[in-house]
Amino acid sequence: MSAAPVIDHRRPGSVMITAAKLSIIGRRLLQTLPVIVLSTFIVFGLLKLVPGDVAVTLAGDNASEQRITEIREIYGLDRPFFVQYGTWLWKAAHGDLSNSLVSSEAVLTSIKRCLPHTLLIVSLALLLALIIGIPLGIAAASRPSSWVDSFVMAVASLGVAVPNFWLGMLLVAFFALEMNWLPATGAVAFAQDPWGALRHALLPAVALASGGIAEVARQLRSSLVEILSSQQVRTLHAKGLPPSSILWRHGLKNVSVNLLTVVSLLANRMLAATVVVEAVFAIPGMGSLIVNAAMNRDFPVVQGVVFAMVLIVVGLNLLTDILYSVLDPRIS
Amino acid sequence: MADTVVTSERKPSWFAGFGRWFRSDLRGALSLSFLVALIVISILGPWISPYPPTMQDLDAALSPMTAKHWLGADDLGRDTLSRLIYGGMASLYASFLAVAIAVAIGVPVGVLAGYLGGWVDEAISRVVDSFLSFPAIVLAIAVTGALGIGLTNGMISVGIVFAPQLARLVRARTLVVRNELYVDAARCFGVSTGRILWRHVLPNAIQPVIVQVTLLLAAALLAEASLSFLGLGIQPPDPSWGAMLARAYQNMEIAPEQMYPPGLAILFTALAFNTLGESMRVALDPTMKRR
Repeated sequence: MSAAPVIDHRRPGSVMITAAKLSIIGRRLLQTLPVIVLSTFIVFGLLKLVPGDVAVTLAGDNASEQRITEIREIYGLDRPFFVQYGTWLWKAAHGDLSNSLVSSEAVLTSIKRCLPHTLLIVSLALLLALIIGIPLGIAAASRPSSWVDSFVMAVASLGVAVPNFWLGMLLVAFFALEMNWLPATGAVAFAQDPWGALRHALLPAVALASGGIAEVARQLRSSLVEILSSQQVRTLHAKGLPPSSILWRHGLKNVSVNLLTVVSLLANRMLAATVVVEAVFAIPGMGSLIVNAAMNRDFPVVQGVVFAMVLIVVGLNLLTDILYSVLDPRIS
Repeated sequence: MADTVVTSERKPSWFAGFGRWFRSDLRGALSLSFLVALIVISILGPWISPYPPTMQDLDAALSPMTAKHWLGADDLGRDTLSRLIYGGMASLYASFLAVAIAVAIGVPVGVLAGYLGGWVDEAISRVVDSFLSFPAIVLAIAVTGALGIGLTNGMISVGIVFAPQLARLVRARTLVVRNELYVDAARCFGVSTGRILWRHVLPNAIQPVIVQVTLLLAAALLAEASLSFLGLGIQPPDPSWGAMLARAYQNMEIAPEQMYPPGLAILFTALAFNTLGESMRVALDPTMKRR
């Protein structure tokens, strides 16, 4: 099923926000609410997967009776499920994600400390995916079935299949250990030392971007090829328009909206993949936080990180939807 | 195309079709052969691997490729080739387990949502949407943290995380199939809902699932590698490709070549699953033949 290409009658840059569009935005916001509520339900429900007596399991081996009672209190485990959930949700909505069972630091504080590192890597990786993926996709689509196309598609297949963290290891081995160009591990706060932070974030971002580059190149190629072989473009050829102008003015303009979807999908995937990449580069981000917490059964931290990540993803999806409806004149 | 063939000749025609596909699609054929070879090697592992996977030969610790250890040995002197073979078994088992769980949950849920429609569909779709908002590995790590660390628990988590993707796909396909004439006909004959779903809807909605399952196997392989690399999957001393990478990572400065065998194994296997999936998509979908 191929959608008809958009024929844009308006002047470029005239993005109209009408009352109809505002109501779409409102409806999207409303649709997001149940997703958030259900997500909190899933996050809280994770606790119910813990086998046996939750408090005893979470307290670990050789825990004192007092410790077990403490944990029981944190989660209100002696009360009915929905009361437990309600209390947890009420506190979470007020920013109280309770405290780590290991370090007894407030979970929100840990997240605030770790999130910037993760966001820096993921945004850098997204940027790389677009900067490298878009030219590759255009190169492949402008000459379909040529060697350029085959080459780009082969690279894209590799990019999807390569394990990010293994690529990260190869990058460390070459650029950090062998050539000594970039730091191998660790992270620096962006606010304190922007240049150092970028230097530390570059290799992890490249490792993370491999799948993204491939995805952007593939998506762009397939939607461009579709549009370039459409009736509309055939007419433009017949009209005598130079191919480059057809590609830039008519091809890319029509597929740019598709890229939005890819970006929001990638953000979700990269937030997942960063967990392992952070382990390779010893970055104290959200990934390291949740992995250590999962190892130690530090459940409040696990739940807090998962919750924060879901909120980020849901927020991004919402933003994409809104941008989509603002940019695409067909949605009204 | 097989409509004119008499029933007794169905089987040879399927073989012929397979043979034609195998000859016409080089990449798909290569991928399938690679995967079949891999599975055979995994099954034959105990007989063909040069050493037991946990046998330590400390004199050979971190040895490079030698006649004794074809792919070298890890820091405890365990033969890399043997661990690669046994690790492949674990990694493949883990991938198939995760995808089997995803199918067992996702397909029935998707068919029910698509066929019943109404509030059931609405409720299931919202839940599926919510699950899809979770970054996959992150949720899998959380579930593993809850269930307890280990390869089987890890892959159950991955299966649970993948299930919504399949559910969404099957639901969309079921929505199309349920309005087909033959489903209406079955309903008019008074066939029970369960039987309609099993005999009429499912077989016709399953095709995109087969493709997706192949692609998910690649994703599950990468997920296993990630979890085991993090120490949340297979536990020492058992090998898996991800666990081997974790070991190689710790000795990266002394013996960087140790990270190539498991990394390349993951890369090629994931590539083969993905390529096979794409080939099947083209082979099964007549409208994509010309691309």
